[in-house]
Amino acid sequence: MLLAAFFGVLVWASSHLAPVGDPDAPLHREISPAGTPVAGAHYIHESYRDAHTENMVTVVLADYRAFDTLGETVVVFAAGVGVFLVLARRKA
Amino acid sequence: MITHSNISPILRFACRSAARIIQVFGVYVIVHGHYSPGGGFQGGALLAAAVFLLRIGEGREHSQRDMPSRVTLLLGSIGVLVYGAVGLLTIATGGRFLDYDAVPLPGLSLDDRHYWAILVIELAVGLAVMAILVGIFDRLLQRFHHD
Repeated sequence: MLLAAFFGVLVWASSHLAPVGDPDAPLHREISPAGTPVAGAHYIHESYRDAHTENMVTVVLADYRAFDTLGETVVVFAAGVGVFLVLARRKA
Repeated sequence: MITHSNISPILRFACRSAARIIQVFGVYVIVHGHYSPGGGFQGGALLAAAVFLLRIGEGREHSQRDMPSRVTLLLGSIGVLVYGAVGLLTIATGGRFLDYDAVPLPGLSLDDRHYWAILVIELAVGLAVMAILVGIFDRLLQRFHHD
């Protein structure tokens, strides 16, 4: 029952999403409905000029959001250290 | 106990060939992340998959010379530290943390500094992901190995 209700909510919500690639969607405008500049437009305009790299995703991941990616790498590392500690060789 | 002698040569040859191809493709995915989908995380996972294939196909002992189990945590640390060191380097040369304008590469324009710094970051991430995945794999296997 709960799953069916949740599924219904998801279907209802997704029917209100903007069409893919709609240039008038709030996310794709240069100025958001709140009157602030949208980050995505800045990335599209500036990523090649800033980093001489054609893949915008890479520029966002490793340049504009480099600190976030550092955190991701540390999370992977921490997971590895955790496994090492939990499964450390025991004299049994 | 799996030893070298009771693994079929066909299996060894197939695993070794496939692993080399996967490794080349993993490096390609890392360094081609500037132009196509890919990057350090994906490429590192591919490099780790190649080592998994060697571990499964050749047995644990004989794949040690490709990737020794004891250096995995060390290599993972090196990857994370290289990433952090790039960030601290840009502070040392007068920028903000991970501000690639301040990367000390003389003779390069600002956008090319970003380009090379991103490449270093991706390689560091790939190294860390590969080493940690292989390390986790080896740790999970070792309890069966010592029974």
